[in-house]
Amino acid sequence: MIPFWIIAAVLIVSALWTVTARKPIYSVVSLLLNFAALATTYLILHAEFLAVMQIIVYSGAILMLFVFVIALLNSGIAAVVLGRDRVPVAPAAAAALAAVAFVATAIAAAHAPAIAPIATHSPLGAVGRGNVFGSIGDFGQALFLSRLLPFEITALILMVAVVGVVLLAGDLTPYVPTRRRAEQTRRALREAILREGK
Amino acid sequence: MLIVLVKSAILLLVVLTTFAYAMLFERKIMGWMQLRPGPNRVGPWGLLQPAADAAKLILKEDLTPKTADPLIYRLAPFISLLTAFAVYAIVPFGANGDGSPWAIGDVNAGILFLMAISSIGVYGISLGGWASGSKFPLLGAVRGTAQMISYELSMSLSFVGVLMLAGTTSLTGIVNAQERVWFFIPQALGFIIYVITAVAETNRTPFDLVEAETELVGGFHTEYSGLRFGSFFIAEYVNMLTVSCIASLLFLGGWNAPFGLTMIPGILWFVLKVGAFMFFYMWLRATLPRFRYDRLMTFGWKVLLPIATLNLVATAAWVALH
Repeated sequence: MIPFWIIAAVLIVSALWTVTARKPIYSVVSLLLNFAALATTYLILHAEFLAVMQIIVYSGAILMLFVFVIALLNSGIAAVVLGRDRVPVAPAAAAALAAVAFVATAIAAAHAPAIAPIATHSPLGAVGRGNVFGSIGDFGQALFLSRLLPFEITALILMVAVVGVVLLAGDLTPYVPTRRRAEQTRRALREAILREGK
Repeated sequence: MLIVLVKSAILLLVVLTTFAYAMLFERKIMGWMQLRPGPNRVGPWGLLQPAADAAKLILKEDLTPKTADPLIYRLAPFISLLTAFAVYAIVPFGANGDGSPWAIGDVNAGILFLMAISSIGVYGISLGGWASGSKFPLLGAVRGTAQMISYELSMSLSFVGVLMLAGTTSLTGIVNAQERVWFFIPQALGFIIYVITAVAETNRTPFDLVEAETELVGGFHTEYSGLRFGSFFIAEYVNMLTVSCIASLLFLGGWNAPFGLTMIPGILWFVLKVGAFMFFYMWLRATLPRFRYDRLMTFGWKVLLPIATLNLVATAAWVALH
């Protein structure tokens, strides 16, 4: 129980630091700490695979993009000008809502009947051949057998989002069938941009 | 608890000593390849050179640029160092007769743990380069981050082929699965991809765009001096050692002896394989020029990734049919 309380304290402090830090880069670092602490709580719950995935996906990929954006925009040098003495309305309302939801969940959890022992059941349903809650086998069974359709739909939605981003932000040259004409179009476009610049 | 602490202390010592002499041998080998003697003044045959280097780094002045972000600037080398060493918590070096591995912790999701830790290692470079508050480190950091993210994909895909053949993610299990045939034979393509991405992941020549001296002064560590620079340096060599260990565990049979030569203990075979891979690294550095940045990215995304995916599909089909 003691490791849990230590980790919980780290989680809360780092989460608070994330939203109160005045430099975006500090928010990123504290969020990194937060993710690491969250992965540790998963480890305490014996959800090894989830812990590792938390690190790989969130810390390794998503948060890295934040660092990238901050580094490229250089917005991290100057602190965000908010004014210390003014509580922004929208975040305050969101925080209040989150607090209510948290308390409600805590009360519901306290009154809920005890769930079956971990070895036979997981929140994803009865465990499969992996037979340990949170193991790779269990995860794979849930993902590819009992929850295949939602998984595939999510994949499709993400795919659409990726294609959309490429369309919106990608190469501006119009589509041309042959390579030679593509080169001509590109050159014409570049010259047009240069002319605009002058 | 005590045993784990003792094991960790011993391992730390071993890894640090290996780092010191890997650095010396790299300079020696590069010297020989370029027809010069290499370091040979400190101690017999230059063997005390690492100690002299360490003393020099410790005594150097620790400079922080005025434009730097003080907290992140100090934090970044630690992230690099921490992630470089954390990996050794699960790397097995050999096995007892009953199959229990020589490792601090035997984790089931071993290979995934390795990937998770190495994905955090990027932060040392990107945060360090950004926090220096100067243009060369920033350019080096942005390049390094992009490069490491791109090559990590192909690297993970080359792992998956091995995982499918072994049917487990535990490093000990993977080594045990190679008792008859080492995975670099059925996974030849995967092995080649791994070797290339491993060099790119550790930012070594010919993929050392992160610290390209001719254009970026020192890259992400331009502003660092003294022990902070030393931390980055240690992390780089320890990472080299790590990817050599992974190559040996995943593709070269780990501590399994070739041709039934079991009278030589497994740990020696392991050291030999890791050493050979390290030598290959140094050989590359003395031989190859640096890639151009756009070619590096094109190669990573348009050549390596499709080949790695093909390899994955072919392996999956083969495993499914057997």
